[in-house]
Amino acid sequence: MNDRPAVAIQGVSKQFGAGVTALSGIDLDVRPREFVSLIGPSGCGKSTLLRIIGDLIDPSEGVVEVNGKPAPQARRDHDYGIVFQEAVLYDWRTVGKNIALPLELLRWSRERRAQRVRELVRLVELEGFEDHHPWQLSGGMQQRVAIARALSFDPALLLMDEPFGALDEMTRERLNMELLRIWDASGSTIVFVTHSIPEAVFLSTRVVVMSPRPGRIADVVEIDLPYPRTAETREEPRFFELVTGVRERLAGRGAQVEPELAEEAGAP
Amino acid sequence: MTVALRRRALDWGPPLLVFALGIVAWQLLVVAFDVQEFLLPKPTEIARTLWDERSSLWHAGIYTFKEALGGFALGSSMAIVVALLFAAFAPLGTAFMPFAVAANAVPIIAFAPIMNNWFGLLNPFSKMAIAAVLCFFPVLINTLRGLTSVDPRAIELMRSYAAGKGSTFRRVRIPASLPHLFAGLKIASVLSMIGAIVGEYFGGPITALGVTILNASAYTNFSLAWAGIVLASAFGILFYGAVALAERLTTSWDPSRRDFHAD
Repeated sequence: MNDRPAVAIQGVSKQFGAGVTALSGIDLDVRPREFVSLIGPSGCGKSTLLRIIGDLIDPSEGVVEVNGKPAPQARRDHDYGIVFQEAVLYDWRTVGKNIALPLELLRWSRERRAQRVRELVRLVELEGFEDHHPWQLSGGMQQRVAIARALSFDPALLLMDEPFGALDEMTRERLNMELLRIWDASGSTIVFVTHSIPEAVFLSTRVVVMSPRPGRIADVVEIDLPYPRTAETREEPRFFELVTGVRERLAGRGAQVEPELAEEAGAP
Repeated sequence: MTVALRRRALDWGPPLLVFALGIVAWQLLVVAFDVQEFLLPKPTEIARTLWDERSSLWHAGIYTFKEALGGFALGSSMAIVVALLFAAFAPLGTAFMPFAVAANAVPIIAFAPIMNNWFGLLNPFSKMAIAAVLCFFPVLINTLRGLTSVDPRAIELMRSYAAGKGSTFRRVRIPASLPHLFAGLKIASVLSMIGAIVGEYFGGPITALGVTILNASAYTNFSLAWAGIVLASAFGILFYGAVALAERLTTSWDPSRRDFHAD
């Protein structure tokens, strides 16, 4: 489509209060349709970086551009969909009305909203639950509603802050697969924060390894596993090599992860 | 259906049994120890007086309940408006809230004679005013807490949808505050009845329930005084129940009302 990065981060730093440096000298470009994971120990500033990209907080220094626009402009243009670790659903709204809330703000007509909600409910496989309230859903189902809501207005960029961190391992692996399917179907770019190395490797086109005090980018690992990735992907030797590689970068050891093949990996 | 009925019976059975046993014990103890009527009349005596005086008591009860209701409506609606203002303009809240909290600790009921002077002993508005002031602070404090203690991420999501302040208020802060608002309204429903009755103790028309209770005590007609108290309690409980029902109907979505989750 074009060569303009979906996210361009230049020289971003963030200080909180008296001399606490959360982030220092961050440079990162995310290409359109990429799936980039930010991984690192607590305090490495990965969530802070995500919030700066989403214009929820301002950087102390540096600039963030999204689709060639400054982050605040991108936010006003509805370029972001955000998903947190907890679903943060609006308890007084049904599943369907939670998903439709951003569309109400965009002044979509009732018919158009209903149509879009039907599509999204199908996409996240929650047919029949449109009229349920959040308390009636399990944690995994709530998180699927949150994803559908974030996707409702078709944002160019999906920002996800440990979206599956509070779920059990089996639900997490199933939602990982669903997310890849949704990513493929929606054509959006995803920036994804996680604590889990296998999750980052399984999902991403690239894994950004961050280190703390001050938060900075220690390394970037290209994940050359082909898509579509399946349950079998998790058992391939290459998967384990990449997991080991990311783990060593996180531990601060510089072992190289050799690119396996010269050909282009299956990233869309 | 039968399961629901059985559960309801299990919920309501024990308290009803305790109530019935309490009344029976009261009756038996008063008879057994030959307690004088001015100390404690028998429940049967109170029930008989309630029946004999039903017409005048009922009118007195309705009169006083109208005062309580008026005070409740006035005080609560003013509190809600002020809470909205304080939440919308944070500096206003910061400047005034300490006074609201301090005023909440003032024994407001002590102002009842002053209100009677301001608005007139026989004017029901003097009792409404004291009930309104009593209702004001719990509703204000609870509603403001509800409006301001919204999950910050819920607000961030609205920000990410480029929602304005007004829209965030209407779609998130106000609905999120409803459980807190009702907590305040339930307290206020009870306080409004207390305010009206105590206001009447400092003077009011003889058609009022508080005056009826006061006069009955003064003329040593204790079963009538107790009948008045029972009626006042019944109005207070029914009012509380009505507010609780409204809460149940409007906040059935509130997860904190549930003790289980579908999983």
